[in-house]
Amino acid sequence: MPILEGKSVVKYFGGLVAAAYVDFHVDQGEIVGLIGPNGAGKTTLFDLISGSLAPTSGSIEFKGEDITGLKPHEICRRGIARTFQLVKLFGNMTVLENVLFGSLFGESITSARSAAEKASSELLEFVGLSGMNRVLAKELSLANQKRLEIARAMATKAELLLLDEVMAGLNPAEVDKAVDLVKEIRHKGITVFMIEHVMKAIMGISDRIMVLHFGTKIAEGTPDEIARDKKVIEVYLGLEAHAES
Amino acid sequence: MSLTLFVDIAVGGLILGGLYALIAAGLSLQYGVARVLNVSHGEFIMLGALATYSLYTLFDINPLISLVITAPIIFAIAFLIHNTFFQRLRKSSESIGEFEGTSLLASFGLLFIIQNIALLCWGPDIKGYTYFDKQVNLLGAIYGANRLIALLFAIGIGLGFYFFLVHSRFGKGIRAAAQDVKTAQLVGVNIHRMLGLCFALGALLAALAGSLVSTMFELTPFMGLPYTIIAIIAVVLGGLGNILGSLIGGFILGIIGNLVTYLHPGLSLIAYYAIFLLLLLIKPTGIMGK
Amino acid sequence: MRSARSPFSIRSARMVLPILVLILLGTAPLYASLYTLISLSNVFMYIVLTVSWAVFSGPSRYISLASAAFFGIGIYVSAILGNVLPFPMVVFIGGLLSFLVALFVGLSSLRLRGMYFTIFTFGLSELIRHSVHWWEVNMTGTVGRWVVAVDQKIVYYAMLIIVMMTVFVAYTMSRSRLGFALRGIGESEDAADHMGVNVNAVKIITFAVSTFFMGTAGAVMATRWTYIDPSIAFNPLFSFMPVLMAIFGGIAQIVGQIIGATALTVLADLLLTKFPYYYMLSYGVILVAVILFLPGGLMALQATMKSWHERSFVK
Repeated sequence: MPILEGKSVVKYFGGLVAAAYVDFHVDQGEIVGLIGPNGAGKTTLFDLISGSLAPTSGSIEFKGEDITGLKPHEICRRGIARTFQLVKLFGNMTVLENVLFGSLFGESITSARSAAEKASSELLEFVGLSGMNRVLAKELSLANQKRLEIARAMATKAELLLLDEVMAGLNPAEVDKAVDLVKEIRHKGITVFMIEHVMKAIMGISDRIMVLHFGTKIAEGTPDEIARDKKVIEVYLGLEAHAES
Repeated sequence: MSLTLFVDIAVGGLILGGLYALIAAGLSLQYGVARVLNVSHGEFIMLGALATYSLYTLFDINPLISLVITAPIIFAIAFLIHNTFFQRLRKSSESIGEFEGTSLLASFGLLFIIQNIALLCWGPDIKGYTYFDKQVNLLGAIYGANRLIALLFAIGIGLGFYFFLVHSRFGKGIRAAAQDVKTAQLVGVNIHRMLGLCFALGALLAALAGSLVSTMFELTPFMGLPYTIIAIIAVVLGGLGNILGSLIGGFILGIIGNLVTYLHPGLSLIAYYAIFLLLLLIKPTGIMGK
Repeated sequence: MRSARSPFSIRSARMVLPILVLILLGTAPLYASLYTLISLSNVFMYIVLTVSWAVFSGPSRYISLASAAFFGIGIYVSAILGNVLPFPMVVFIGGLLSFLVALFVGLSSLRLRGMYFTIFTFGLSELIRHSVHWWEVNMTGTVGRWVVAVDQKIVYYAMLIIVMMTVFVAYTMSRSRLGFALRGIGESEDAADHMGVNVNAVKIITFAVSTFFMGTAGAVMATRWTYIDPSIAFNPLFSFMPVLMAIFGGIAQIVGQIIGATALTVLADLLLTKFPYYYMLSYGVILVAVILFLPGGLMALQATMKSWHERSFVK
């Protein structure tokens, strides 16, 4: 049962095609990976889903409801939250305040403060940031900042989490921890759609993978199928050969 | 409309346009590269103007020649101001957005300082001098030779600057830095030197414009701010960060300004502001904006 | 940790001091000279402008340079309606009109960010000034207007009430959910949007509300000046000074804003009387020095001194 469904999504930036008739779907409870070379349009797709951008044409549905063209805060209220490729935390607020922000505004305006604080503390513990409530977000290490961003997104009671290169910039040990965290998130019943370049991680954790190239979906399937897909290999090998020359 | 009238308005527009183009280009260098929206830009115009005035009235130095004296001095002063003052501000700012805000406020302080020092040196009275006052007949319309010479100089400097920007290596480096600092660094542009040089170059253009202004208009230490505003509007019109665009923006503004002044004298400033606000609302990236 | 909490005497002083000050100010007309009352009204005016400005521009990082426009609207309401309606009504309408204009301005300019927003607000303020001037000259036939005079004691009390209300509203807003949302917008507008905040609504409402008291202050102060014209009413200095004062005192806290406004207003008075020729120059130097060396304002200085104190005297 798809929780998120996109049909023929197109996005033009002037003459540049960032998304060309992309069909996609994510089923409830899945972890779906989105990969592709740089500039393939992955973050653009997330922007279209989260409401940062409106599609030139096509439609996006969430839980059966058409969310095409809605504003980010409206989409958030309906249950989609995201993290950003370049972390967008509230740097001068504390760790707790960041998560509290998600709790207070993410669902409905009338959530009670004390309940929100309790939920925030629990989430911080869940992502492994307990005991750092009073620390300013900008003083955290990169790995912790990413955890905080995830906690903040989850605080909005999201049913679908869009993770944009959550593992970028992390060392191998941190990557492993991040993978575990994503598994725990799925365990909670939250659906995950994630963009990633760290192949080992995303191939290991995803139920399904989508491959974008120049704004077009060129392949879709299980990690095994993708690893053997000729088009995908060509695209990635082609890039490697180009890099070597 | 008679030919004479048309020429009158057209040439007047060109004179104003040429002047505004120089002023706008100067500010565009300062904002586009050094990221300082220099609210005291007009004060450098004023300094150039009053210095030229003094050199002419005290030492009888030809205004067009005194450019050689005033320009390097003001260049040096501006370079120093940037490298001590704005450089330090840049280091202590968390982000470029914050730097833009604080440098705007700091340049406002600079405005106070420069304007009041000038006030102490020259006094508040209106000054002026006559230079090359001969009348020239151009297709039936009569002009002071001084204005035509100023126009020629403005166009000359403007064209020289344009070719410098487009064809010289340094000029290309400037345009690259204005577009994208990081990429410019990657292709070998020495950004640290560039920031100060561009800021100073901007002030230099202001001083040159000021010298030209001094041959045509009245001068007081308070004359700077209206020019700053016009420069800001012209820079936005051409596209924030686009130096060539600012030349065009200044030019267009000058021509429109002259036209409006002809139609209804008190309305030119209002016209400038109205254009400005509409521009920001409809196409903030300007005519040639990215 | 005992050393992290201030001693009981300082904490109770923090509570008692403002109350004492308020009592002093409230009873001032009984014993203070007219000159003192006028000076105090002036200080109140700048506190209102500074704190009002900081309500929106502080947390959101959108630097507005349109304060003069809203202040001036209040002034003109007073000039036009002063002899038609009772004083309290005029003051209220001054605030209301400012609010409505700000609402309109906010709605039209909400897509502008950063520098664009700032220069837009400045351009708007100047457009209003020049337009009113043109209108007065060409349509109404005057340049300046006379304002119905009001007893100086009433002016004083009116400003005192307005200043108290402004500080109260500012404080309440900063602790409210709206204030929290605004802070998020200032830190990362995109993130705030994605976390469920209707950024446009929050920005516009806060901006508009913050201008209400600017308008009321204008309506009151006009009766003090009695003669006004567009250059006086919409003087760009009324846009720049609140910014400078907030930075000087410390933009992040209301106390800092109040201190900044008070200090600079008093300083301006002193400089004006002692060094009339160097007054503006000194202002420029102070502004530059503050921006360069004291980015957190006086409050940051106080915080630094406090932590030195704690480190040296507290084990």
